[in-house]
Amino acid sequence: MDSNDTIISFEDVHKSFGSQHILRGLSFEVKRGTTLGLMGGSGTGKSVALRHIIGLLKQDSGSVQVDGNEMATITTKELHDLRLRMGYVFQSGALINWLTVAENLALPLQENSDLDAEEIERRVREKLEMVYIPDAGEKFPSEISGGMKKRVALARALITDPEIILYDEPNAGLDPQISASINKLIRELSDKLGMTGLLVEHRIGCLKVIADEVIFMYEGQALVHEPVGTFFKPTHPRLAAFLGGAEE
Amino acid sequence: MAALRAFRDFVGETGFRIDLLFQVVLRLHHIPRRRRWLMDQLYTSGVQNLHVILLVGLFIGMIFALQTGIELAKFGQQDQIGLIVATGIAREMGPFITGIILAATVGSALAAELGTMAVSDELAALETLSIDRTSLLVLPRVASLAIMCPMLTVVCDLISIMGGGFVAQAQLHVSWALYSDTAISALQMPSEMLGLPKDVYAGLFKSFVFGIIVAVISCASGLKVRGGALGVGSGTRQAVRDSIIAIIVANYFLTWFIYQT
Repeated sequence: MDSNDTIISFEDVHKSFGSQHILRGLSFEVKRGTTLGLMGGSGTGKSVALRHIIGLLKQDSGSVQVDGNEMATITTKELHDLRLRMGYVFQSGALINWLTVAENLALPLQENSDLDAEEIERRVREKLEMVYIPDAGEKFPSEISGGMKKRVALARALITDPEIILYDEPNAGLDPQISASINKLIRELSDKLGMTGLLVEHRIGCLKVIADEVIFMYEGQALVHEPVGTFFKPTHPRLAAFLGGAEE
Repeated sequence: MAALRAFRDFVGETGFRIDLLFQVVLRLHHIPRRRRWLMDQLYTSGVQNLHVILLVGLFIGMIFALQTGIELAKFGQQDQIGLIVATGIAREMGPFITGIILAATVGSALAAELGTMAVSDELAALETLSIDRTSLLVLPRVASLAIMCPMLTVVCDLISIMGGGFVAQAQLHVSWALYSDTAISALQMPSEMLGLPKDVYAGLFKSFVFGIIVAVISCASGLKVRGGALGVGSGTRQAVRDSIIAIIVANYFLTWFIYQT
């Protein structure tokens, strides 16, 4: 695999919601097989950027390309197929509450593949074991803890063996111990499965474990884009000021 | 300007609902695949509302018989109470009351369920997983109400007519035999077009349409919810209000269409 190959690119992307201009010329690239972190204050457009990649939002201007597909003009069929190659971990987990954990994982395979019930069950078990919750299958989301919900959300995002995985604040609402275990799990899976990742996160500790490169977003633009090793030794004054108050 | 904006919003909402109905129709062949959710919805919309239909239906029949009977008695025509109650309930009150009850109980629940899914990103999650949410969520709900509304209307009609019979016997001194004979023969009048009892099939056709109206409007309201718990509340209110208004308007046009011939 050519790790210099760009798989996600934003070029001068603008997005507004009513009078609120959120993305103001956002530009960056993500190389295949790497994980990029997006860091920045609230309202700088990090989650908005993430939602453009999976097609939940369309830009007002500029270009968002995912594996050669221009997201503004992608057809419904192409988007459907592209999404099967991507996984998205929502901040709240976004598990379907009236389905068990196993049913949550099985649903994408039941809806989008011709696999038989036995094979689907096998893959569900495999993914639950991958996230270290093999016995959670019969439980409902309301019966499991926040940390377990994040693991289930991660397992669901991995169920179609995606090439790209997007994380929207995977540590939100978790205590430091559980957060550390989730970060370690994400890193382990990324390395093992060779996925490309894009991660929205406030916590420095999480970014240091998971990300290969980090972008600092400020007022809807990518102000700083550095490898993780140098990112947290900032020379840019705005980034230095932000990191001074950021959570470890 | 506010009126223009409101009109634009109304047109937008109506367009979304009509499109949703169209999308459901295009997916009718998915029903066998959705039978688990369909059975769940049939239970929720039907069985769990049976006691409400029975209670409300009984008292509607009794009230209708009492009010009509008092006036008929002034002209010595109380013997016709069976005919009037049976046709009035079968044509109008049965489907209408059932539709309103389902709008309030089931419609509000549908809007709240889907609205909660919207604000907690569950709908977005389904989209990111390439899952057809119209097929998974809306189709079973529309199909279940299209089936259950006529079935509950039959129950409502029967209990209402029986309630009317109690009042006819107890307060209007019309025998049960006379009441039931006039009621049954009134409902057996065939239409010229189909040769079936017109008042019965007219009422059932109306209730089928009302069921679809409640389901489509409620699902549409739920899918469009934004803004947390307040948004869910607002969406739920909108679903019930708009369903009731739509039932009333549709009732007029259906009645005009069915009975003008």
